[in-house]
Amino acid sequence: MDATATAATAKKDAGMVNPGDQISQFLTFTLGQEEYGVDILRVQEIRGWHQVTRVPNAPAHMLGVLNLRGTIVPIIDMRMRFRLAKVEYNPVTVIIVLSVHSASGDHVFGIVVDSVSDVLDVKASDRKATPDFGAAVNTDFINGLATVGEHMVMLLDIDKLLSSDELSALANVSTAAE
Amino acid sequence: MSINLEQFHQTFFEESFEGLDSMESGLLNLQAGGMDADTINTIFRAAHSIKGGSGTFGFSEVAKFTHVLETLLNEMRDGRRAVTPDAVNLLLQSVDVLREMLTAVRGKDAINHARANQVHGQLEQMLQAGAGTAGAVPPATSAHTHAPGTQDWKISFRPQSHLLKTGNDPLRIFRELGEHGSLRIDADLSQLPAFDRLDPESCYLGWNLVLESMAAESTINEAFDWVREESALNITSMQPGTPVSMASVANASPAAVMTAKTEGEAAASTASAVNAAESRATTRASAGETASIRVDISKVDELINMVGELVITQNILGQIGQNFDMSKLHKLTQALSELDRNTRELQESVMRIRMLPISFAFNRVPRLVHDLSSKLGKKVELKMSGESTELDKTVMERIVDPLVHLVRNTCDHGIEMPDVRRAAGKPETGTLTLSACHKGGNVVIEIADDGAGLNQEKILKKARERGLVKPDQQLSADEIHDLIFLPGFSTAEQVSDVSGRGVGMDVVRKNIQGLGGNVEIFSEPGKGARFTVRLPLTLAIMDGQSVAVGKEFYIVPLVSIIVSTIVKNEHVSTMANGGEVFKFRDEYLPLMRLYDLYGATPRTTDISQGLMVVVEGDGRRAGLFVDELLGQQQVVIKSLEANYKRVEGISGATILGDGSVALILDIPGLIRIAHQKKVA
Repeated sequence: MDATATAATAKKDAGMVNPGDQISQFLTFTLGQEEYGVDILRVQEIRGWHQVTRVPNAPAHMLGVLNLRGTIVPIIDMRMRFRLAKVEYNPVTVIIVLSVHSASGDHVFGIVVDSVSDVLDVKASDRKATPDFGAAVNTDFINGLATVGEHMVMLLDIDKLLSSDELSALANVSTAAE
Repeated sequence: MSINLEQFHQTFFEESFEGLDSMESGLLNLQAGGMDADTINTIFRAAHSIKGGSGTFGFSEVAKFTHVLETLLNEMRDGRRAVTPDAVNLLLQSVDVLREMLTAVRGKDAINHARANQVHGQLEQMLQAGAGTAGAVPPATSAHTHAPGTQDWKISFRPQSHLLKTGNDPLRIFRELGEHGSLRIDADLSQLPAFDRLDPESCYLGWNLVLESMAAESTINEAFDWVREESALNITSMQPGTPVSMASVANASPAAVMTAKTEGEAAASTASAVNAAESRATTRASAGETASIRVDISKVDELINMVGELVITQNILGQIGQNFDMSKLHKLTQALSELDRNTRELQESVMRIRMLPISFAFNRVPRLVHDLSSKLGKKVELKMSGESTELDKTVMERIVDPLVHLVRNTCDHGIEMPDVRRAAGKPETGTLTLSACHKGGNVVIEIADDGAGLNQEKILKKARERGLVKPDQQLSADEIHDLIFLPGFSTAEQVSDVSGRGVGMDVVRKNIQGLGGNVEIFSEPGKGARFTVRLPLTLAIMDGQSVAVGKEFYIVPLVSIIVSTIVKNEHVSTMANGGEVFKFRDEYLPLMRLYDLYGATPRTTDISQGLMVVVEGDGRRAGLFVDELLGQQQVVIKSLEANYKRVEGISGATILGDGSVALILDIPGLIRIAHQKKVA
C-alpha cells in the first residue's frame, strides 16, 4: 500500500519537474559484498526463509516451491543464480516475493537473498549506464547502476532476469532432458 | 454523453444465449403439448429481448432477423396463427440461426448470410402465406402483415423540450401503446441542436408512430394523458393495409425471397439443424468468450454468513491470545475447534459456488433427441431425472460433448425402428432415460434405453475383421462391450452422418477419463443398454495417497492406484536397454523408480525393501517404486504452471496440513515415459 502511495506522489512530482529529476524507488538487498536493487512496485512481500519443496529435474538455483497463502510460488537462490559462493541460510536470510511480467502473463517468484537493506530513491539523472563487457558477460538484466554514498547498487530488471532468461533456460533444460 | 456500450456486450450475449435456450425448450414443449399461452409468451419475450438488445448494441442483422421472428410469434400469441409442427420446426431453425449469428457477432466473425437469408426468407414466406387479409402487402418490402379487425393509427407526437423534467418518459408511453398491438416508431431528429448547444436534460425529439391495433381511439388517447399538456399530439386513423414508408422500420429485408422449396432442401435444412445442435456444443469455446458464472444469491449469502462467523472466531482467538495463561487453554481449544469448523464450512460453501445443476448439460438433449428421431424416422420418448444434481462448472463443460455423443449413439444404434419394435412386441415408441444422481463423492450419469442392446456377435465380428481381437480369443460379455471404446471401431453397417464414423466412443472414454471418471456399459440383448458415467464432483479436490521417497512426499491420485504390493527381487528383470520390468499377475509391467525419475535420495534402492504401487493411466499399467505409503487424504489441487512451468511427470501441487507443498504425480504422463523406455 505504501509503495503505491509513494509511487503516486512520485508521479505527481514527475509532472512538474524535468525528467532527469524523476525519482524511482528501489528495494536494495545484499548478496555477499554486493548490493542490488529491485523496483519496489514489483515487490509483493518480504518473508523469512522457510523450507521449500524441491521440484524434480529443475536447475540448481531453482530451489523449489513454497506455499504463499494458497499460491504455489517458485523460489530461486540468487547466489546460485549469480554464481556466488554458497552460504548457510540464517535468520536474516529472506525471500523477496516479486511479481514478474512476461509474455505469458504475470508470475509470482521468490528470490532468496542474504538480507534486505533499504529503500532507495534514485533520480533518473543519477542512474548510470551499465558498462559493456562484450559478449563474455551477460548484463542484460542490469538496468543501470546507482551510487549510494561510497558504494554502488546494481539495479535489476527482474522481468529480464526471471521470466525470459530463467524460464526459457529452464524450458531448454527440460527439452534437452527429453 | 458517451457510454461505452461494449462493457454491456458480455451481459447481452449471456442473456441472449440464455434466452435462446429458453426459446428452444419452449418450442420443444409446444411441439409435445400443443398450444399453451404461457409457453408462447415466454418464447416471445425471449425473442423480444434479443431484438431489443441487439438493436441497442447495433447488431442490426440480428435485430432484423429477430424482428421477423417476433412478428410471427406475436401472431401466434394473439391466436391469429395456428401453431403447426412446420412453424415450430421453422422457429427452431431460426433459433439455430440466431445462435450462430450471435456467436459470430461475439467472436467478431462474419455472419453466415446464406443460411440466415434462407431461414429469413422462409419466415417471411410463412408470414405472408398465413396472413389472411394482408394480400395488399407486397413481398420483401415489409415484414408486417395485417390481421383482421385491426386499424392503423397514425400518431404524431412532438413533446415540449421540458418533457423529461416533468418526470415523463416517452418510452413508457410507447411501451403501453405497444401492448395494444404492433407499433412502429420513427424518431424525428429535425429539432436536434448542434452538440455544443445540446442540453442533455431536454427532449428535442419528436416521434411519428404507426399503431396497428384493435383498440379504440380513447384507449390510445389514454396513453398520452400525462403528457397531453406538454406536447403537440395528433392521432389520425388510416385505412388498414396502407403501405407506410418509414425509414427506421424493418425495411430492406434481405432479398432472398424463397422460390419453390423442394423436398431435398427441406431434408437438407433438417440435417443442418441436427448439425447445428451438435456443433453448438463443440464450438462454444470460441474467441472473445470470457468465463463467468451465475451464482444463486442464497449461496453468496451463505458465504457472507460464513465469513462473518470466521471473523468472530478470529476475534475470540485474538482476545485469548492477548493475555494468555494456562487457565485459558480450554477456551483456546474450543475456539480452535470452532475455527476448524468454520473454515471447513467456508471451504464447502466456496466449492458450492462453482457447482451448477446438471440441467445445463441436459438441456441440450431434448432438442437433439427431437431432431434425431425425426431424421431417423424413429419414435423416441425422452425421460430425464435428477436435473438439479450439482456438478462443478469445469466438469460440466467437458462432459457435454461425451454426453451428446452417447445420446446420439443410443438414438442411432440402440433404439430400433418402430416396425422392428412392434415385431419384437415392444411399444413403438422407444424410451431414452437420462438421469443423474450423487453417489458417494461422485456424480453418476446414466443413459439408458429399451432398445436392442449391444449386438455382441456383430461387435466381435467387427473386432476380428479389424484385427483388434485374435481369431481364437474368447472374450466375456463385458470385454466385448469394452471393445466399442477402442479407437476406429464402428459397427454401423452404413456410416450415417448421425454416427458410425468410429471417432466417437474412444474419444468419449478418453474425455471422461480425463476428468478422472469412468464409463461402464450394461447391456441385455433385446432389452436395452445402459451407459453409466461416473464423474468426480469437482476437479479442484481429489483423493490422494501420500507416498514417501527419502525425505520427500508425493501425492498419487487414488483413482489411478490398482494395488500396492511388495515385489520380490527375483520377479524383477532388466531389459537389454536398461529398463526394468516386473511380473504382476501374469503380465510384465514397466518398473519406475520414483527416486530415479525425480532425482531424490531414497531410503532404499532394494526392490524387496520398499513398496511397489501398481498404477493405471490411459489404459496402461506400470509399477512405481517408493519407500513407503503414508496416509490417504483429500487434497486441493493447485497449479504449478501458474507461476512456474509444466514439469514432466507432475500434474500439480497441493498444500499439506503443515503448510508445506507436496507435488502430485501425473500418472498417465509417467506411464508414457515408462512405456517409451520399454519400447526403446
